Amino acid sequence: MALLSNADRDYLAQLFAERLVDPVKIRLYTQKLTQLSIPGYDCATCRETNELMEELASLSDKIELEILDFLQVRQQAAQEGITEIPAIVLEGKNKGKVRFIGVPAGYEFATLIEDLVDVSRGTTGLQPLSREILGKLARPVHIQVFVTPT
Amino acid sequence: MMAVESDKVTADVIEVSEFPHIAQRYRIYAVPKIVIDETLEFEGARPEAAFVAAVESVAGGPAEEDEPTSGDGPAS
Repeated sequence: MALLSNADRDYLAQLFAERLVDPVKIRLYTQKLTQLSIPGYDCATCRETNELMEELASLSDKIELEILDFLQVRQQAAQEGITEIPAIVLEGKNKGKVRFIGVPAGYEFATLIEDLVDVSRGTTGLQPLSREILGKLARPVHIQVFVTPT
Repeated sequence: MMAVESDKVTADVIEVSEFPHIAQRYRIYAVPKIVIDETLEFEGARPEAAFVAAVESVAGGPAEEDEPTSGDGPAS
């Protein structure tokens, strides 16, 4: 059963067609659906996230989905700073790193869609002064935004 | 959006109800909660300028040091 309604799929397909410019890759660190559950490694929302990302990727040929089994690529995950799953890493024209940890449901789904567009275009709706300040940052910085599904 | 604009920025959106140990570690009692470099934190949404200023206060901006950076060291 699809997670997205037909109306949502139509809306998103049109939005992607209009606004995505360059290809975007969604790299999803997750637990493969067929995997036996291992105590201590059970991922409560991986199945839902896998399905949601597959549905999203099917709506635009500009969205490429790479699904990685977290347990099999732990070294790569560690290099990318991924310690929890499901984890989504967006790759496109973004200069820094954009990641979602946990299922992007509720309001965070809208954030993910906006970020897909921004990453595809390499531009944002930030004010010119904000962009100038961010462009001049001297040191790496890690911003964590903690949310709950609403 | 900030991470799209700057190669210095890593931005994570974390759905914290799935990870109680993270909620505990960062003492999340209200959302959204923002933690910048484990040092600066605030709860609730902020206007863009205030958020960017918070990031700048942690990651340093052009106003941090006024020393000239050109050259290979003391000239005299």
